[in-house]
Amino acid sequence: MNKELALYALDVARSLGASYADARLIKTVSETVETRDLYVVYAADNESIGLGIRVLVRGGWGFATARHLTKLGVVAAVTKAVEAAKASSRLLNGRVKLAKEAAHQEIWQSPFSIDPFKISTNDKVSLLLECEKLMRKTRGVKQTSGLLTFTREKKLFVSTDGSDITQTFLTSGCGIDAQAGVDEHFVRSWPNSFGGQYESAGWEMVQRWDLLGNAQRVAEESVMVSKARQCPEMVTDVILGASQLALQIHESTGHPTELDRVFGEEENYAGASFLTPDNLGKLKYGSKIVNLTANATVPNALGTFAYDDDGVPGQRVELVKNGLFVGYLTSRETAHELGLDRSGGMMRATGPGFTPLVRMTNVSLEPGDAGSLQDLIADTKKGILLDTNYSWSIDDRRHNFQFGTEIGWLIKNGKIVEPVRNPSYWGITTNFWNSCDAICGPSEHVYWGIPTCAKGQPCQAIGTGHGAAPARFKNTKVGVAKPAEDKPKGAAHSKPHSGHHHAKVARHHRHCAGGSK
Amino acid sequence: MITEAKCKKIIDLAIAHAGNRVTDMQVTVFEQDQATSRFANNEMTQHVDTCTTTVTITVNAKGRTATFATDSTSTKAIKRAVDKAIETAAVLPHDSTTLRVLKPSNLTEDATPKFSRYDPRIAALGPEDRLKRVKSIVEVARRGRFSAAGIFATYLNSYAIGNSAGLFRFDQQTNVECSITMLSASSSGWQKGYGCNLDAVDPVALAEGAASRARKSRNPVYVRPGDYTVILEPSAVLDLICFLYDDFTGTEHWYETSSFYKKIGKSVLGKNITITDDANHELQTGFFFDDEGMNRKTVTIVEDGKLKTPVKSRRSVKYLGGSPTGHGAAPSSAEGEFPMNIVVAGGDSSLEEMIASTQRGILLTRVWYVRDVDPNTKLLTGMTRDGTFLIENGKVTRGIKNLRFNQSVIDMLKNVVEIGQPVLAAGEETFPAVVPPMKIENFRFSSRTKA
Repeated sequence: MNKELALYALDVARSLGASYADARLIKTVSETVETRDLYVVYAADNESIGLGIRVLVRGGWGFATARHLTKLGVVAAVTKAVEAAKASSRLLNGRVKLAKEAAHQEIWQSPFSIDPFKISTNDKVSLLLECEKLMRKTRGVKQTSGLLTFTREKKLFVSTDGSDITQTFLTSGCGIDAQAGVDEHFVRSWPNSFGGQYESAGWEMVQRWDLLGNAQRVAEESVMVSKARQCPEMVTDVILGASQLALQIHESTGHPTELDRVFGEEENYAGASFLTPDNLGKLKYGSKIVNLTANATVPNALGTFAYDDDGVPGQRVELVKNGLFVGYLTSRETAHELGLDRSGGMMRATGPGFTPLVRMTNVSLEPGDAGSLQDLIADTKKGILLDTNYSWSIDDRRHNFQFGTEIGWLIKNGKIVEPVRNPSYWGITTNFWNSCDAICGPSEHVYWGIPTCAKGQPCQAIGTGHGAAPARFKNTKVGVAKPAEDKPKGAAHSKPHSGHHHAKVARHHRHCAGGSK
Repeated sequence: MITEAKCKKIIDLAIAHAGNRVTDMQVTVFEQDQATSRFANNEMTQHVDTCTTTVTITVNAKGRTATFATDSTSTKAIKRAVDKAIETAAVLPHDSTTLRVLKPSNLTEDATPKFSRYDPRIAALGPEDRLKRVKSIVEVARRGRFSAAGIFATYLNSYAIGNSAGLFRFDQQTNVECSITMLSASSSGWQKGYGCNLDAVDPVALAEGAASRARKSRNPVYVRPGDYTVILEPSAVLDLICFLYDDFTGTEHWYETSSFYKKIGKSVLGKNITITDDANHELQTGFFFDDEGMNRKTVTIVEDGKLKTPVKSRRSVKYLGGSPTGHGAAPSSAEGEFPMNIVVAGGDSSLEEMIASTQRGILLTRVWYVRDVDPNTKLLTGMTRDGTFLIENGKVTRGIKNLRFNQSVIDMLKNVVEIGQPVLAAGEETFPAVVPPMKIENFRFSSRTKA
């Protein structure tokens, strides 16, 4: 990492009239192994290094990347950024101003126990193939797959405010799935769908999620759900499994509390928010037991960091307190615009090639007092447990949502009585969160990682974390997808997402369609 | 901008460095220069100018395939990438199904593109040129007392493929993109344009189109969810039919996971639906060769509602028969193939005629956050957005509040009663494609929202 080059970029920016500039020099290495039906279908490493420079000139933003990591390349990039900023400054309602922030100097490393890059590729492949072999022993399993992916990112941030911060992030992801059925196919995944679980951790997270130990159960559940009946349409009490609740939080709490979105900056693509400033401190967002926070300081969660890309320390910020909407996700620019003294430190970019945006950190539902998942099920007279995300959609103001899960378990008199296929549920954000009457305790609380949160133009995909324990929501509409009997004859079955469609689109077209947005 | 000669040099270096340590290898070089002027609230909010280069090296060492990608084009980095890929391949299990790379002698058609998708005017645009266009959009907004948000962006893409059998392909293209949302206190309107040459996108016309939709949808009213006749503008059609693309691939048929598995030769959509994949269509965008170096052939996927054939890669034809169609993903990829240049045949109705023939229905500008609910029946859910209108007695009468739909796209394409002229449409769920507006019966809305 050539710090001199980054500092040189700041000098050039100053000399060209920038009132503020920051430079991010980022080196990334990654490794991915993917198996499908006992074959290695993808074994790939990636290495990249880049410099992104952001400048404020006459109150307008400009951003550029260096084509070459040389002094000449830096001068060219800074010149482009300054020219862009000058053009921006000629179409402003007012000059951009930033909330104050002290200069910081720090070197930080995300915590891990076992370096996954020191585990041999052979061991990684062997683990996935062993899982696949075990899953395929279950009669009725038709397809199996597995994924392991690891990234190390070393990021230097320097700014004209005097900050000099080096952070190294280690991220690991792991997952397996099994698909069952003859003419119809149903998937079960572990630890989560769409590639699995992602954490800011090392190989120890792969060990902890015990892919091999869960392979047989996953396979058996895929067969079980393939034989289950369609989830009935009904209004009932819903218990969301923790990973599904994580995505519910992401879509209906995380995104609408992004202050740049609230201010209309995402109107054209990701949309706006119903959580306008007049609601701050007034809106009853959820029931009294609902406490939602954004905490960038949680060890090992995917949205964890020491400093954001504004050079602001990671913080814990309350978003919803005892059901009341009390806070936003902010940057230095949006915090100043709202009249806050300081940014909450939520400004991040996807690598050196993008300018930072307000992003979720670890937006989480604080644990409650409903004990374990088993305790919550036992406390539910009639309802359904919905587990592992399968489908997700929410409107551009974040009111009207619909989710589907891989499996549903009908609950009667405190006991699980039957699995159902194709479960879905629908709601309006504030109605839904106000219907929350029980949240499981700390023992069930997990920080789930969503690796592909999409936002911005050009679109950026970034990792976010979401702590959640299973929770219950009263009188929720379930089975909202067209019931089986309404479907065309001979087509009343479902099959799993290949998980490939959106990834294919994104890879082929080099943008981030798909993912969560 | 990277040159063809530079790409060739990188590829030759990699192949020479690997030598006889590999059975085969393929190298791709992709570079994108992207400049985006982003605006909201009638002011510029971002102005970025970036460049990314990726060299991807895929080696087959005795049936063991591994990939290493780097963003450096230095000799040292390329050699290291080759060495690392070989190192990784060595520890992988042997795969007897591994394909050899494509030989140049297997390219049976003329490899020269029929026309260029490179417009030097786009490549030459600078920040002041983009500012000028954004200002013209904001001017339209201010005149109509709207707030404008959106982007004006340009792309310069260079792509080269070479392999150890001597194949080398190279192409460069430009793209221009302009997406505009106009907002009033109670409504919004949206338009998006995309193309390979500068004339394909007229920011002022798009701005006026978005403003018109925002104006007409002011003070929207609730309508009851249910089954409606709908008229979908091309972008809305695109963002729904793209969920069938996977089902049009050979690999999904091979894996028996296509919704159309075992239905080749059978009627699967309405008789008025014909879908081709045609990289040579004059309105299309994208490179003329696939990620294995094959020419992208024109494939009729659905003709008069009957499924003719999926697109096929060199791998999937081993299991399905037939010939590869030039839609393959890179070697070693789990992705198989993909239709990248969809063209849906048009009809003879104009949008105005569709509206005039509708007693009661809904006109949709844009759909949003569309996701599979039941991938076998292709039941999709999503929302309307930025210009949703009620049609009564052959006229657009007023804007309506947004609705959530739960609708099978297969059923939708069985219920098309009128089709307009296709255009290069751009949406949010996929890349642009050539699709027409459509009038559809019995489109199912399941709930409504506040906005």
